[in-house]
Amino acid sequence: MSQLSYLDASRQAIAEEMRRDPRVWALGEDLGRGGVFGQYRGLAEEFGPARIADTPISEATIMGAAVGAAMVGSRPVVEMRFSDFALCAVDELVNQAAKARYMFGGQGRVPLVVRQPIGMWRSSAAQHSQSLEAWYAHIPGLVVVAPATPADNYGLLKSAIRCDDPVVYMEHKDLWPALGEVPADAENGLVPLGEGRLVRRGDDVTIVTWSRMVQVVEAAADEPDTPSLEIIDLRTLWPWDRAMVLDSVRRTGRCLIVHEAVQAGGFGGEIAATVGEALFGALKAPVRRLGAPRIPVAYAPVLEAESRIMPAKVAAAARAMV
Amino acid sequence: MPAPLVDRPGESRADATGPIRGNVDRARILGHYRTMARVRAFEEAADRALQAGHVKGAVHLSIGQEAVASGVCVNLDRGDFIVSNHRGHGHTLAKGADMGAMMAELFGRATGACQGKGGSMHIADFQVGMLGANGVVGAGIPIAVGAAHAMKLAGDPRIVTCFFGDGAINRGPFLEGLNWAKVFDLPVLFVCEDNGFAATTRTRAVTAGPGPGARAESLGIPSTPVDGNDVLAVDQTAAELVRLVRAGAGPQFLHARTYRLRGHTAVDPAPYRPAAEVEEHWRDEPIRRCRDLLVLGGLDTDELDRVVADAEAEAARAVADGLAAPHPEADLAWTDVQDVDMPGAGRPEARA
Repeated sequence: MSQLSYLDASRQAIAEEMRRDPRVWALGEDLGRGGVFGQYRGLAEEFGPARIADTPISEATIMGAAVGAAMVGSRPVVEMRFSDFALCAVDELVNQAAKARYMFGGQGRVPLVVRQPIGMWRSSAAQHSQSLEAWYAHIPGLVVVAPATPADNYGLLKSAIRCDDPVVYMEHKDLWPALGEVPADAENGLVPLGEGRLVRRGDDVTIVTWSRMVQVVEAAADEPDTPSLEIIDLRTLWPWDRAMVLDSVRRTGRCLIVHEAVQAGGFGGEIAATVGEALFGALKAPVRRLGAPRIPVAYAPVLEAESRIMPAKVAAAARAMV
Repeated sequence: MPAPLVDRPGESRADATGPIRGNVDRARILGHYRTMARVRAFEEAADRALQAGHVKGAVHLSIGQEAVASGVCVNLDRGDFIVSNHRGHGHTLAKGADMGAMMAELFGRATGACQGKGGSMHIADFQVGMLGANGVVGAGIPIAVGAAHAMKLAGDPRIVTCFFGDGAINRGPFLEGLNWAKVFDLPVLFVCEDNGFAATTRTRAVTAGPGPGARAESLGIPSTPVDGNDVLAVDQTAAELVRLVRAGAGPQFLHARTYRLRGHTAVDPAPYRPAAEVEEHWRDEPIRRCRDLLVLGGLDTDELDRVVADAEAEAARAVADGLAAPHPEADLAWTDVQDVDMPGAGRPEARA
């Protein structure tokens, strides 16, 4: 085990996969200088400018070129800088990457990873703060990943690069400096796609969450008058670990889904409906969701705060259920 | 105005084995005649099958544009890649795809090129390097550029040809993709099939500036214009551009002017253009021009008729085989979505 930041864990994952498989390469804006957050720092020096490709500011073609490159046998890692900017490449991701294999009748595998950093940072305002994981979880053909810890960012990114499906990989910008233990043994550090992580055991309320909200929920659980929370970090949103969630809710009888994304139309709704359909008779309280209000993220800290889910809100929501 | 049938009428008549025009022998021209006749026969059969209710979805016919597909693809190797658009039957056949599998795909049968999952707009045949038609105008451009990027990255000598229409030049991916191809100096041949229409609107009415070639040139990509209804001219021009691309000269751009003799889709009567205009263009259509050239070159009309009859027989067999082929099992709808998935997610319990 070694102590790594969430950012360095991803850098190490990419470097190891590029050493392991010559078909892996990365493309995106400013990658040669390390990427906008430094998540590619040093990689151009090791792998050269052809495999760490600096591209024009052409999101549609960064994504579309990766689709074509993946269809003929390479394994691109696509950097979109911000999930907000990836909206310029939705046709290429949704109509092309996600559909090619299916509509061509099993021809045209698209083994790519598209990194789309999500989430609120500090005064990043409406076009640099969104969490749009639900959009992609809605699309057949895509795997959607949102890691919360350095170990998971390491292990899930490696699994995503090895996956033959297009993977939407959503790191949270606020987690880049977060430190944690990462297994030193590359193969043992792999985290399978689609498996949740039981963050802590508890008795009263199952909290289903992912990405940066895991930290927020843990902080809420530590507050003195919070009920006993069982915390599940979903890690992968499609496919999501239905069995882990249902097993937990069967025991606690209560389920609260917490996500940073806007609550309306968010992925929490899918989980809530699934729990309601499967466990109606076992529930001691209605399933609840806690997400952002349906307003754009604002710039001024006092306005931005209206969109933030803070530990106190989570604790209050959990208390109201017991 | 229709182009002349041959460069120098009266001078180009050749003996039965010699060159007809330039240094192209008659076997090559006959090959074009056969390819174009097959494309035409396929599309006319598909059109009739559509009217009879056998084709389930939209079909975009390339009738009148066959010379571009034939003239370009004859210069490609089987391993080379093409990326096509919604009007892609000609490109696909010319690249070597199986006509029967294509017709079965239009009929939505299990034996179709895509097992009935794609239809006319999503035909692909990776075995012959055909990386897919596309339902989104211009969307093939970045895909072609990316395939070329991967070839360059891997030191693979194969090249990529990207077919798109004049309507696509007003989409962002056209600018992005061409810029990218030039910046990375990629082995890609862009072929703009300029048929004058962006769906049902005249392209020139919605396009600023002088058009496709000038846009390519503005990015440093040389553009070569060609009469897209003259299959020999397309062949000879494409041969040189393919040679340049293979030699590492970077992306090349072929601007082929042609005319879409049918509507945007097969069921579009195209009332937005006068009948006389269409009639005039029928006189200039590429198969007739190729035939005239071959006849001038001394070919027997009976032999040419046999080529057409063979093509029509092949299309008729494709229709008959397609109609006899089984529909896909409903379970096929659940395959090839993704490897990492929720088992049976959303699937009716009865099927699980």
